[in-house]
Amino acid sequence: MAQIELSGIERIFRLGDSEVHALRDLSVSIEAGEYVAVMGPSGSGKSTLLNLLGLLDRPDAGHYRLEGRDVTTLSADEQAEVRRARIGFVFQSFHLVPRLTAAENIALPLMLAGVAPAERASRVERALKDFGLESRAGHRPEELSGGQRQRVAIARATIMRPAMLLADEPTGNLDRATGQEVTALLEALNAGGTTLIVVTHDPSMGARARRQLLMEDGALRQDVRRADAAATAAG
Amino acid sequence: MTPADTLRFASRAALAYPLRTALMVLAMAIGVAAVVVLTALGDGARRYVVGQFASLGANLVIVLPGRNQTGGVNAGSFVTSTPRDLTVADASALLRAPLVTRVAPLSLGNSEISVGGKLREVLVLGTTADYVDIRNYHVAAGQFLPREDLGRAAAVAVIGDTLRRELFGNEPAVGRMARIGDHRLRVVGVMAPSGQGLGMNTDEIVIVPVATAQAMFNTNTLFRIMVEVRNREAIVPAQREMEKIMRARHEGELDVTLITQDAVLGTFDRILGALTLAVAGIAAISLAVAGILVMNVMLVAVTQRTGEIGLLKALGASGRHIRLAFLTEAALLSLAGAFVGFALGHLGAWGIRLTWPVLPAWPPQWAVIAALGTALTTGLLFGVMPARRAARLDPVQALMKR
Ligand SMILES: Nc1ncnc2c1ncn2[C@@H]1O[C@H](COP(=O)(O)OP(=O)(O)OP(=O)(O)O)[C@@H](O)[C@H]1O
Ligand SMILES: [Mg+2]
Repeated sequence: MAQIELSGIERIFRLGDSEVHALRDLSVSIEAGEYVAVMGPSGSGKSTLLNLLGLLDRPDAGHYRLEGRDVTTLSADEQAEVRRARIGFVFQSFHLVPRLTAAENIALPLMLAGVAPAERASRVERALKDFGLESRAGHRPEELSGGQRQRVAIARATIMRPAMLLADEPTGNLDRATGQEVTALLEALNAGGTTLIVVTHDPSMGARARRQLLMEDGALRQDVRRADAAATAAG
Repeated sequence: MTPADTLRFASRAALAYPLRTALMVLAMAIGVAAVVVLTALGDGARRYVVGQFASLGANLVIVLPGRNQTGGVNAGSFVTSTPRDLTVADASALLRAPLVTRVAPLSLGNSEISVGGKLREVLVLGTTADYVDIRNYHVAAGQFLPREDLGRAAAVAVIGDTLRRELFGNEPAVGRMARIGDHRLRVVGVMAPSGQGLGMNTDEIVIVPVATAQAMFNTNTLFRIMVEVRNREAIVPAQREMEKIMRARHEGELDVTLITQDAVLGTFDRILGALTLAVAGIAAISLAVAGILVMNVMLVAVTQRTGEIGLLKALGASGRHIRLAFLTEAALLSLAGAFVGFALGHLGAWGIRLTWPVLPAWPPQWAVIAALGTALTTGLLFGVMPARRAARLDPVQALMKR
């Protein structure tokens, strides 16, 4: 059983009379621990797909089975619970709460989950150390560099030890060197067993993934696995 | 999310926008302070008036000539035309009622008093020895009127403190002679200064035996009779006894009015109580306005923090988490406003008490509780809508907004 199974997913946005078919008849399955890059031209439905995978959005048709459970029929609060426990998000624009310090931003998911303050503190402290942010714990986002902000965001996304990490252009707002650092961080987390799904425009970053989903006009055009590629090259 | 976390999160959010928070707290504070100060003023006035009348004595009945139909108190009770006169004999008859302990007939007129070369207008009150005890007055020097037959017109007088100062200066007044109208009277006593009071002020009057006053003004009628009954509980039965006596003496017709302090007090209490309530109501309107302000500010806060709400949802916050956080924020702002207003209101009441020391301007307990309660309820009530709007935001849309 795959961790993620999408079958016949449709997502249609209606704006007045016009309809935008953001996702059409999309079926794909992703195993636990995979490293997937979602690529394609602008407007091809990459973000829409990621939002669906993260239970932030619902499909108009089709089924989404997460760890064997059909999550499309869950109530909003049940979906929130799944997000809290199983899914971590990393955004292009970081999305840190400006009035909270780095440590407090990282602690947000623990707070929402009702983790006791003592355990919360120790877990945040460990995360700060893991992501090289010890000296920045008390700083607010505006006092941090872009790379540091994204590291805080990743620390926050992983503090609940989610089963999958969804990143929508995580390096889009960073310079090349910082972007590579962040990519390395995400890959390290993937190496630790977390499923990693990254939307990216950067071909070099996409090429590092073991599997690439190429989107076009809301449909999955190509599903390339590097192992396959390697096998083809060898054969 | 534990309640402590919700509280901390909401207070951090409130503090992140100091100007907005300060304005909202101020609006709420003004509303609450208005209620506290205005009710303090209203209730202070009520207590002042009631206190003044209470100093009349709780077990006092005043008998006036004339009758008004309702038997309650109105302006007519005090200025009645005289159908059948009250006399000293009526006063003596009332004293025979078992529940009556003391009686003071009152006769009143204007005259002139002269001592040496000094002359001035004066109000002359004719009464008996018991008057000083009924009214709880004090004599500063000498004695009050002698206890003697009501018909005896002794040539003695007790003068008020202001008169003493004006006519005798620093010399002792007791034992000196004074001319009042055509009569030469001996000053036997000086009243203690009255201080402020609503009732009759003794500072500028001359008190003489009732028969002396009646002779002076060539009349045998009385202005009114003050009757003291055994105790407060005896007021109603005593009133019945007195009505029977008066009816018997006035050919079966009850042509006098009996006023009790309770009736006077009750009327004033009701009028001023209603006034306080009305004033509190007007002040409460400002609280409602503050509530609407809370709603607007919270709606702006929801718009301002749309991105943050989207993020919290992505992190797994349920609708309940978000609703609670925003509701708590609204409640905190109202509560802070209520407490600031409470403090400001008490400060204002204190200022009033400093400016007018006679006015016991303490806000009544009910008003304070009502103001704090209203502030909190309006804050919460008007906070519900913004909180629900925040909770219903679509996470994808919310995240797209920066
Ligand atoms: N809320 C919405 N309402 C209407 N149309 C939408 C909405 N969200 C997305 N779309 C449309 O759906 C299509 C897919 O959008 P999506 O954001 O998934 O593209 P994308 O592949 O992420 O593009 P980009 O690379 O520019 O981020 C687009 O045509 C977009 O205009
Ligand atoms: Mg996108």
